[in-house]
Amino acid sequence: MNKCMERLFNGLVKENPTFVLMLGMCPTLAVTTSAMNGLGMGLTTTVVLIMSNLIISLLRKVIPDKVRIPAYIVIIASFVTLVELLLEGFIPTLYSALGIYIPLIVVNCIILGRAESYASKNSPVASAFDGIGMGLGFTVGLTSIGMVREILGVGQIFGIQILPSSYEGMTIFILAPGAFFVLAALTALQNKVRNSKGKPKAVGCSEGCGACQNTSCLGKEQTKEAK
Amino acid sequence: MSELKHVSSSPHIRSKITTSNIMLLVIFALMPATLFGVWNFGISALMNIVVCVGVSVGAEFIYEKLMHKKVTVNDYSAALTGLLLALNLPPNATWWMSAIGSLFAIIVVKQLFGGLGQNFMNPALAARCFLLIAFTGRMTDFTYDGVSTATPLALLKNGESVNILDMVIGKTAGTIGETSAVLLLAGAAVLIVLGVIDLRIPASYIISFVVFIVIFGGHGFDLNYIVAHLSGGGLMLGAFFMATDYVTSPITSKGQIVYGILLGILTGIFRLFGGSAEGVSYAIIFCNLLVPLIERVTMPKPFGPEEKEVQA
Repeated sequence: MNKCMERLFNGLVKENPTFVLMLGMCPTLAVTTSAMNGLGMGLTTTVVLIMSNLIISLLRKVIPDKVRIPAYIVIIASFVTLVELLLEGFIPTLYSALGIYIPLIVVNCIILGRAESYASKNSPVASAFDGIGMGLGFTVGLTSIGMVREILGVGQIFGIQILPSSYEGMTIFILAPGAFFVLAALTALQNKVRNSKGKPKAVGCSEGCGACQNTSCLGKEQTKEAK
Repeated sequence: MSELKHVSSSPHIRSKITTSNIMLLVIFALMPATLFGVWNFGISALMNIVVCVGVSVGAEFIYEKLMHKKVTVNDYSAALTGLLLALNLPPNATWWMSAIGSLFAIIVVKQLFGGLGQNFMNPALAARCFLLIAFTGRMTDFTYDGVSTATPLALLKNGESVNILDMVIGKTAGTIGETSAVLLLAGAAVLIVLGVIDLRIPASYIISFVVFIVIFGGHGFDLNYIVAHLSGGGLMLGAFFMATDYVTSPITSKGQIVYGILLGILTGIFRLFGGSAEGVSYAIIFCNLLVPLIERVTMPKPFGPEEKEVQA
């Protein structure tokens, strides 16, 4: 059980896909025009992530190594199609708001990345929890970006007026440039919080920066070691 | 050994020209157009200028204090940025728009990238474009003599007639500092005579723009049309005061000409085929981004024998 909680924490905080791993930038920048859209996109991706992680982990001994990527894609695409049809049937407003970005979940690098780096090597339960953690981390990232953009752009959060109605929205935050500004600002903020909590320990510096998960280090630890 | 010599590394001969001197000269050169803008548009224009300059200088001071950096308010660069931003705003812009624009220019575009000399695009123009997208309605609402009117360029785009003399003198609707072509040229002439700015960028900009207008404007070589395009909008302000910004323009002489030509073509495209009537600010910030590339291509070769052609 401890491992499962560790996976949740890992996805939500330590390796948050939006703010730390910087994965899945396409939906992050494109659909977060409002908090609701961000939440919808995040939860949709979470469902696909949990299911695909679970199935891939169950099949990890069956899938031959040479054709693993096509096999993963087939599994992921099946779940995306499933979710897409369900959304279209039951939440048509969200379906039309997200548009092309629902089928594009297939090529979201978080999903393939987790399949390749975690689900293909670990037990089904741990993989499913990894999916939940990563998915929720993605959801938190998207929703927070969407909230900031919505409040600056139209003065609302989840469609509820927060700022006085005399507030004139800054259209730029609803448009694409605003997504970059908000993403950068929030990433900087969480880096600041992370660094002030005490520097994260350099992990696996001997393996070089490529395999290292400590993105806030940027090679400083390695040069320190070399000295 | 009683006498201590002052030993320092090169350079040993220093010019009297400093950053603050240059910035002050540019500010003075902009004064005729600024004062005309205040006279032309009234007290709201003055308020915008004061807010922009004040907030810019204040933002620079506070940011550098907070970040424990050397405070560089005394080099007048922040004041110049604020002034240029104000000259690029419509006269009836509200004070909070000016303040947001100034904050964006100084904090996001200038300081986050490392302060003066490190900014990748002209802060004043980046802020203008930010405001243009953020508050499109307010930024394109030009009031002149109490009446909301179209700018001469918008009239020109719709095929209506414009008064050339008014445009050259500046008695038209527009942003605070862009209307008077004559006074901007007078200020620019002073800067050119004093050697603060070089003629390469503005000249190649204006010439290539005129060529573009003659070819694609649909009016042929119609002098009225060309003069209207030259004195309308922000072309004079942009070509002489903002495209020539030292930080965001190429340093190689060939590169400056390439940069000017690109600016002329882009401005022409934006004005003739774009959705809005004006395109100087977008053209300049777009070319600002190309500057590293232009410099790389036009880097002069050092004089002397070369051993071997090195693949760059």
